[in-house]
Amino acid sequence: MSALSDNLVTFAILYYLIAMIGHAVEYALGNVRTRVATAAPVRELVGAGGGVIPTPPAPVPSPPTADRSARKARLAGLIGVGATAVAAALHLAALVTRGLAADRMPWGNMYEFVLTVTFIGVAAWLVVLWKRPSLRKLGLFLTLVMVLLVATAELVLYVPIVPLVPALNSYWFVIHVSTIVFASGIFLFGVVPAVGFLMRNGYEQGKRSFPYTLAKRLPGAAGLERLTFALHAFAFPIFTFAVIAGAIWAEAAWGRPWGWDPKETWAFISWVVYAGYLHARATPSVKRNVATWIAVLGFLTMLMNLFGVNIFFTGLHSYGGLD
Amino acid sequence: MTVVDDRPETAAPAPRRRPNRLLALLRNSWRQLTSMRTALILLFLLAVAAIPGSVLPQRGISPEKVNEYFVDHPDWAPRLDRIGAFEVFGSVWFSAIYLLLFTSLIGCITPRLRDHVRALRSRPPAAPKRMARLPQHTVLPAPPGGATAIAEVLRKRRWRVEVRGDEVSAEKGYLKETGNLLFHTSLIAVLIGVALGSWYGWSGNRLLVAGADNAFCNTRQQYAEAKLGPRVDSADLPRFCLRLDDFQARFLDSGQPEFFNATVTVDGPDEATRRADFSVNSPLRLNDASVYLLGHGYAPVIRYTDRFGNSQISDEPFLTTGDMGLTSEGLAAFPDANVDPATGQRAPDQQMAFTGIYLPTAPEQAPFVRSQYPTERNPALNLVAYRGNLGLDAGIPGSVYQLDQRQVRTGKVKEVGTKLLRKGETWTLDDGTTVEFLGTERYVTLSIRHDPGSTMLLISCGVLLIGLMGSLFGKRRRVFFRVVPADPGEGSPTSGSSLMEVGGLPRTDYPGFADEFTQLIAAVKGGDPAAERAGVREGAE
Repeated sequence: MSALSDNLVTFAILYYLIAMIGHAVEYALGNVRTRVATAAPVRELVGAGGGVIPTPPAPVPSPPTADRSARKARLAGLIGVGATAVAAALHLAALVTRGLAADRMPWGNMYEFVLTVTFIGVAAWLVVLWKRPSLRKLGLFLTLVMVLLVATAELVLYVPIVPLVPALNSYWFVIHVSTIVFASGIFLFGVVPAVGFLMRNGYEQGKRSFPYTLAKRLPGAAGLERLTFALHAFAFPIFTFAVIAGAIWAEAAWGRPWGWDPKETWAFISWVVYAGYLHARATPSVKRNVATWIAVLGFLTMLMNLFGVNIFFTGLHSYGGLD
Repeated sequence: MTVVDDRPETAAPAPRRRPNRLLALLRNSWRQLTSMRTALILLFLLAVAAIPGSVLPQRGISPEKVNEYFVDHPDWAPRLDRIGAFEVFGSVWFSAIYLLLFTSLIGCITPRLRDHVRALRSRPPAAPKRMARLPQHTVLPAPPGGATAIAEVLRKRRWRVEVRGDEVSAEKGYLKETGNLLFHTSLIAVLIGVALGSWYGWSGNRLLVAGADNAFCNTRQQYAEAKLGPRVDSADLPRFCLRLDDFQARFLDSGQPEFFNATVTVDGPDEATRRADFSVNSPLRLNDASVYLLGHGYAPVIRYTDRFGNSQISDEPFLTTGDMGLTSEGLAAFPDANVDPATGQRAPDQQMAFTGIYLPTAPEQAPFVRSQYPTERNPALNLVAYRGNLGLDAGIPGSVYQLDQRQVRTGKVKEVGTKLLRKGETWTLDDGTTVEFLGTERYVTLSIRHDPGSTMLLISCGVLLIGLMGSLFGKRRRVFFRVVPADPGEGSPTSGSSLMEVGGLPRTDYPGFADEFTQLIAAVKGGDPAAERAGVREGAE
């Protein structure tokens, strides 16, 4: 069962790669399409005035070659989405088999943790994509993140299955870790539209240097920004709950709810930074791209907490399993 | 934290009067402090200031690592220490940041609380004259009942409704601001809870060896290290005693622990006498204290018989060295050895001490330095005997787990032999005295704590979470209805009836407002929402 799980992870990475290539091809072929479609600008997912009922863009008469190219691009994009869905299914199967093999929730070490966080991220992406198909082009960035993180988990963080140490053997393990994983997955997904917005926003302001040109075919900046906020506003209370649950558990296990253990310290830092993002976004005088940079910074602190703290520092949360 | 930008400029002061400079300065500083920009900067500073607390070792968490850091970086450490880098979370600068942040917070939420209470008590405002300028606007045939019927539908949908003649104003989503204020207020409560815990709480760590002779009572002196809050006196400690009766541990074949359980007898004036079990993750809850199981180990029982035939027993705990197999190191000191029973004379150079390594599962062959498994499958005690003046009478505080190395260096204590003992074995030293390894007792490492702020902390965290969700997901919005007689010239769909003009205003960022507006109108009209959609047009921003 354990070996099956490992194989499933490898296949999932393969499918994420296929998905990434599909999205990349769509991106490359999209040139023609955007040139043609300039008459009908990319549909925004949410109107600036709030809640526009989307109406299909008026058909634009286009030369047949461009039309064929656009159809090819669309096909590549759909292949990308399909491959992402297959990869997500394999990913889930890998987690389930890992959990069955270990006879516990598969969140006992860093390998399992990263695997679960990335799954939550991709699942949230598929849900959002289902509701707002116009976001499809973000898939390139999302699959890139998935390939990087899942491959890192597989190549660097992998550890064989071991049971939990007594300190982790508590129902709080399920409550605390599941919510942390869930919130982290949403934050992970949230950084994709955040970065997309920063690039697209620059592009819309007329910047044509390197990173901004990538955003040429992304959905509109306002929509990306709104999605960024929605994801962060959704994840933040869950993250808050997870930290509180952790404090309650820490009181029972270590005798104090909060002890500035490195992991706790970084959770505090992340919480403060994300709180800063939510405040900055609610303040009209703070520009939206400044606020979004804070969200990106928040994600970097989450990464630091996941990788940096487990690898460089020793603390009570030393569950990385890497020696 | 006030969103300053939203506030209307205060009226300009009377032109000719000279303002008090100091007052103006104070007022401006206060405004600066309570502005969102300052709050954001303080939040950011708080995050940055916490970083050294995770990078550098902290006294409160691992004092021994701080000492190591001093040894490794002799030039840097004192400088860092001067700025409080080893006690970041208690340092002046960290406290300054969060106190300023909380002052800013209080300065911001107090006026907002006042405004919100006023808003909660006031009625929704009158409909604007030109409703067409609202983000949502439409004109439709009015329902038969007119304003009263509209108000009825709105009330059913839990809007706060005010009817003024032919006009209906309604507002909803006060929960957003309520949640926001609740969230920020409970942050203050969290801080108070933490403060209560550190002022009135106390904690102590201790090793407890099994057996009736080793029972421990909760007094200041009985702790190896104890921390009492500034408002706690030694006499305030609750009176109870603990005796370790049993300790069970189960390990996997790899040596990884799987299960721990300690059984103790609780006793004392403040506690009912009883037996109790506790383990990792489920502490022993007493009336005014909680007992946490942090670790465990072995205390070798060693009997030394001196030249006069007097026997003494040591069962000091040996500290684990941190490996999987529970290899432990310790000291058995016999300062009262070789006291002549006839004269009662002490021979200061005839004191005995044994340093040792205890291996619960010793390897088959030498070197006998590392245990292979945490349970006692093949126990062996590797002892080094010392004789001489142990230096315990000098009054210099020393560790009970280590031999005073100064005495060894100065030659006052001499090594007299080394031997590996199995359970029950006796070793006869060069002077004919004997040392016997009788067996082991289990010991547990306990943390005993009382935190009077924890209940407040828990409650305020719960409130915080509820407030946070209200603040993030609540949506404040207003709708206005005006019933006007149908213009006979325009030929309304239902001739003879009246029309209603409807306007909607989302007061916060709310992308779904248009949909809700459509549904609301449909409900008021009692018609099909899809049909109405065409009638709703987007208003000017």
